[in-house]
Amino acid sequence: MLVCPPVFLHYGFYVFYKRNQSEQMANTIIEIKGISKSFQGNSVLEDINLTVKEGEFLTLLGPSGCGKTTLLRIISGLENPDQGQLLIGGKNCRGLSPQERHVNTVFQSYALFPHMTVFDNVAFGLRCQHLPKAEIETRVNAALQMVKLQKYSQRKPEKLSGGQQQRVAIARAVVNRPIVLLLDEPLSALDYRLRKNMQLELKQLQRQLNIAFVFVTHDQEEALSMSDRVVVMHEGKVEQIGTPRQVYENPANMTVAHFVGETNSFDSRVIEVLGKTMTVDIQGQTFTVKNTRDYAPGDHVHVLVRPEDLKVWSHADVTDTTNMLPATVTEVIYKGSTVDLMVRLSDNTLLAASEFFDEDDEKLEYTIGEKVWLHWFPGWEVVLPYEA
Amino acid sequence: MKQFWGRALRPSYMGIVYFFFYFPILVLVAYSFNNATYSMLWHGFTWSWYQLLFQDSDLWTAALHSLILGVTAATIATLLGMLAAISLYRYRFRGQNLLHGLVFILIITPDIVLGISLLILFNTLDIPLGFISLLIAHITFCIPFVVVIVYSRITGLDKNIFEAAYDLGANEWVSLTKITIPLLKPALIAGALLSFALSFDDVLISYFVSGPGFEILPLQIYSMARFGIKPELNALCTVLFSVTIVLVLLSQWLTRKKS
Repeated sequence: MLVCPPVFLHYGFYVFYKRNQSEQMANTIIEIKGISKSFQGNSVLEDINLTVKEGEFLTLLGPSGCGKTTLLRIISGLENPDQGQLLIGGKNCRGLSPQERHVNTVFQSYALFPHMTVFDNVAFGLRCQHLPKAEIETRVNAALQMVKLQKYSQRKPEKLSGGQQQRVAIARAVVNRPIVLLLDEPLSALDYRLRKNMQLELKQLQRQLNIAFVFVTHDQEEALSMSDRVVVMHEGKVEQIGTPRQVYENPANMTVAHFVGETNSFDSRVIEVLGKTMTVDIQGQTFTVKNTRDYAPGDHVHVLVRPEDLKVWSHADVTDTTNMLPATVTEVIYKGSTVDLMVRLSDNTLLAASEFFDEDDEKLEYTIGEKVWLHWFPGWEVVLPYEA
Repeated sequence: MKQFWGRALRPSYMGIVYFFFYFPILVLVAYSFNNATYSMLWHGFTWSWYQLLFQDSDLWTAALHSLILGVTAATIATLLGMLAAISLYRYRFRGQNLLHGLVFILIITPDIVLGISLLILFNTLDIPLGFISLLIAHITFCIPFVVVIVYSRITGLDKNIFEAAYDLGANEWVSLTKITIPLLKPALIAGALLSFALSFDDVLISYFVSGPGFEILPLQIYSMARFGIKPELNALCTVLFSVTIVLVLLSQWLTRKKS
């Protein structure tokens, strides 16, 4: 098992040494300062600032074309930034080739060497370092054991399933004991169930190895469930950096709110501010919400409510309709653990709502066309400044 | 009814096409065993033309020359063509598309143009006509074919494979010898065999750039044929045809592993 290989001890010492030198450098392994990149005049990354901490699972999340893969390739050295600085382990990487950087990549296509056996694939990096044969053998076997593939060491990659190829790609990278492992959408080619399993395995592997993972994905669920911190990217810019909980519950702007999870947004105006709370106008009704950003009366805002926070009440169950919006059910989707509804407001706005079974609602029976009342607990909404 | 005609016509159409291809060759093979010098009629089976052929030392020398020339030209053309294809694929540089286009132009350029221009070049540079001039000429017309074959193979590979090699610490040399060349092997074999075949039966360009000191087989056959087709020539062509079949089978066998 690669629990704490010597290089990590060295690195630990290095960090310890650095920590004594300057406190703020302590945990940082990768520092990205003002990096920009464009291809043929198209700006792909604009002024990216980011740090990766020792042993953390950091995810770059964004839609395709947002520059997340380019950022990963800049860290690995396969691309050079036009501007900005990249420090890996405190060392400036300008002009360092991929061979000279202590990071390894797991590619989206796995990029296994098709003409080599699994063993030779994993041994490739160590052979490039001209390590003694015995050491190569021990380390490769340990890496294959870690990903549970010792049995397949003499097979060619084409004889393995997608999940197994994926594991070979991971073993081939971690056997070199990188400071940081870069993963470029490594799970996107797997089917749903296998992807779920691999998510769990990757997370366990990361804890076991205790090295930083920088993981690129466009799947927000994957990002939320695996990461220590999520970097939400959009059109070459970092929109928000935070824990999965921060990103989901307190999105910094409308882009993040729309990309991370589903959300319903109400176009609204602030009526009155009362310290930490305020009243807003939604569809002609007055709602009391939290005032988190020093809004002033008259401000144009978005009030965001997640589908799972939106309660849908049948008319028969409601007596008091303050803080409620009338709506009509247009779609009922039974999902097993939830019932997902599409409801239409009087002004034709469509909203999504996820209803959970609990002691209040054991049945959750709705019919299309049914008149309902919508409600959410005050304070569970997010209010963001209006964006056109 | 329609189906019946389709089913009946398709094989017969294919039959006609293949008959058209192979019948002349079969006739040639048959006549190489015909016990008559000039007659077109069958006079019984004989090995005598082959005996005559194997005693003809001039022809043997020419065949040996062609073999040496073909192998050397194919080897060098394959190496140079491979490097050209890799650089066209790997590097982005000004004029890249132009270079790529020029490769194709070289393939469709009439041999006579290439032959005369090479002859003028050798005269200008005072290169004596013989082995060296033939070798340069043959390498020249083989390279484009190798480039096209290798380039199409390399663009079919996953670009990430090469990046993975660098990422894992391979330098240029390791990446070339351990990754690129093994992955290109089928294309390299195909390119080398094609180059050898092109070199071995080239008449036109060789006609311009060969000298009296270095006789090669295609030119020898050409000059023999000018005095009428002798059965000995039939035998020689049969031998060449058999060698071709063996080479094709060999290349199939060498690249069989796939699928």
